Amino acid sequence: MSGHSSYEPKTGIERWLDARLPIVRLAYDSVVAYPTPKNLNYWWTFGGILAVCLATQIITGVILAMHYVASADHAFNSVEHIMRDVNHGWMIRFIHANGASMFFLAVYVHIARGLYYGSYKAPREVLWILGCIIYLLMMATAFMGYVLPWGQMSFYGAVVITNLFSAFDGIIPGLGTAITTWLWGGFAVDAPTLNRFFSLHYLLPFMIAGVVGLHIWALHVPGNNNPTGVEVKSKEDTVPFHPYYTVKDGFAIVVFFILFAWFVFYAPDALGHADNYIPANPLQTPAHIVPEWYFLPFYAMLRAVPDKLMGVLVMFGSIALLFAVPWLDTSKVRSMRYRPTARWFFLIFVATVFFLGWCGGQLPDDVVIPVGRNELGQPTGFTVVWLSRILAVYYYAYFLVVLPLLGLMEKPLKVPDSISTPVLSGGGAALPAGAHASPEKKG
Amino acid sequence: MVEIYNANPTVDAGHSAEHPADDPSRRDFIHIAAGAAAVGGVATLVWPLVDQMNPSGDTLALASIEFDLSKTVAGQQTVVKWRGKPVFVRNRTPAEIQAARRDDNAPMKDPQRDEDRVKEGKDQWLVLVGVCTHLGCVPNFGTGEYGGWFCPCHGSVYDTSGRIRKGPAPKNLEVPTYAFVSDTRIKIG
Repeated sequence: MSGHSSYEPKTGIERWLDARLPIVRLAYDSVVAYPTPKNLNYWWTFGGILAVCLATQIITGVILAMHYVASADHAFNSVEHIMRDVNHGWMIRFIHANGASMFFLAVYVHIARGLYYGSYKAPREVLWILGCIIYLLMMATAFMGYVLPWGQMSFYGAVVITNLFSAFDGIIPGLGTAITTWLWGGFAVDAPTLNRFFSLHYLLPFMIAGVVGLHIWALHVPGNNNPTGVEVKSKEDTVPFHPYYTVKDGFAIVVFFILFAWFVFYAPDALGHADNYIPANPLQTPAHIVPEWYFLPFYAMLRAVPDKLMGVLVMFGSIALLFAVPWLDTSKVRSMRYRPTARWFFLIFVATVFFLGWCGGQLPDDVVIPVGRNELGQPTGFTVVWLSRILAVYYYAYFLVVLPLLGLMEKPLKVPDSISTPVLSGGGAALPAGAHASPEKKG
Repeated sequence: MVEIYNANPTVDAGHSAEHPADDPSRRDFIHIAAGAAAVGGVATLVWPLVDQMNPSGDTLALASIEFDLSKTVAGQQTVVKWRGKPVFVRNRTPAEIQAARRDDNAPMKDPQRDEDRVKEGKDQWLVLVGVCTHLGCVPNFGTGEYGGWFCPCHGSVYDTSGRIRKGPAPKNLEVPTYAFVSDTRIKIG
């Protein structure tokens, strides 16, 4: 998509098409000849894995829409119809439902890789922001998709998430109510809400696909980052995308889909919630409602704040922060491979997100570290809500304090001169004779 | 600045002598007028596309219901569906009323007296929208430390007057507009 094209049409029909719509040239330059750093590790295969996840979701989703009825009266039964009666319907629905989880699993690895290796730094800020937009669209899509079966968890998930906007009543009285009424198309989550969520759930994946196109475009302008974080200096630092990374990505995709298939065929409901097999009842909330696992860290932050408006702002803010990361990190060194102190803070950050996720699945008043017992004999002490507060503070501090200050204060390790130097000479020294032999001739 | 050269001064002579051909005020006016018309046109077009998501006519028409109170015995509540939401109709025991009134001056997030939340002379009937003011879940009857309601979603505790006493909810459970049409019937909405 950028730079000089090395495509040479070989047949007459290719030349004819190339002069009219150079689409083969575009594909050749993007996925065949595209020069890719030669040191990408397996963390870099998640982009390809995500592309396959999106395709899987769109294909299974379009098929499910052939059998699903978007109506408050029929939605639940039509999902049961898919599960019991439609040929292979159970499998297609389980692929779609577990596919959402797999999609988020892959996107979290992909985001963490970007944070660790500094893939958001100049000149890749737009690439990073487009990724953040994709993540937001994914969250909206997953949320609306979860509502469609119209079970108890679907219904109360929709109630809680749409009610987040009612917090704006705390800024301008009536504003939040106007927004929720508009979102619902009534005075509560009801039939009109289900219909519009279905419409948008069908639309958004195609918007995601569009932004993915921009994301790849923005990737191919500066080219890939790599584990050293050092920009490509010469042709010696790169290999053509095909066959090197088509094979590497392909292998990773197969491994990832083994995990995916294990969930679909052996534990298809493990990531779901049993209450969603009870039809939606607007008059009775289930005793313990939790979001899907991929939203739990944010849910924990929402509950960590005792004030409604502040809780909502803290939750949305935790995602908004991601957009600012390219400007919050002041370090001149891109990859944390050469930032030993930053690596520790990053490790704690990842652990923080995991523990926040755990907290999001517990009841707020559950005791984590029992200190004593109250008069009823129940344990008292350090509760989940307090743990969530400490973790939420670190989550924010990582972006607002650690990234800006550490970049100015730390002393990074010596960064290699190029991608090739550390591999070929054990660091920095001049290249030994013969090091320039092309890699594809080495068996 | 782009200078506009009058290509044919003989045709436009009088005009260009008094007013230069690139008279900025005339051009600005055309630009502003065209821009304003475009913005107004787009806004008129977009508004119906946005407003269609607001409640439709038949949804708005389902605005009031009647309920026969004799179905609810003392110490219990009945849940009725009104505008898609649950409404709690609670027949309070004297002890519950007393507990609510005793706490009238207790520190509260949204202070309100119990007698302001019921109809005069109908102290035992508490009618509330059964939607937690935090994030909209339906609180469970008779649970929580004040014997009112407890919301299972995020742990808000309401007392026997439906006032918020503990937890993240910002406001008391809402008292809907309702009236006694007879001694044993109310009209909600």
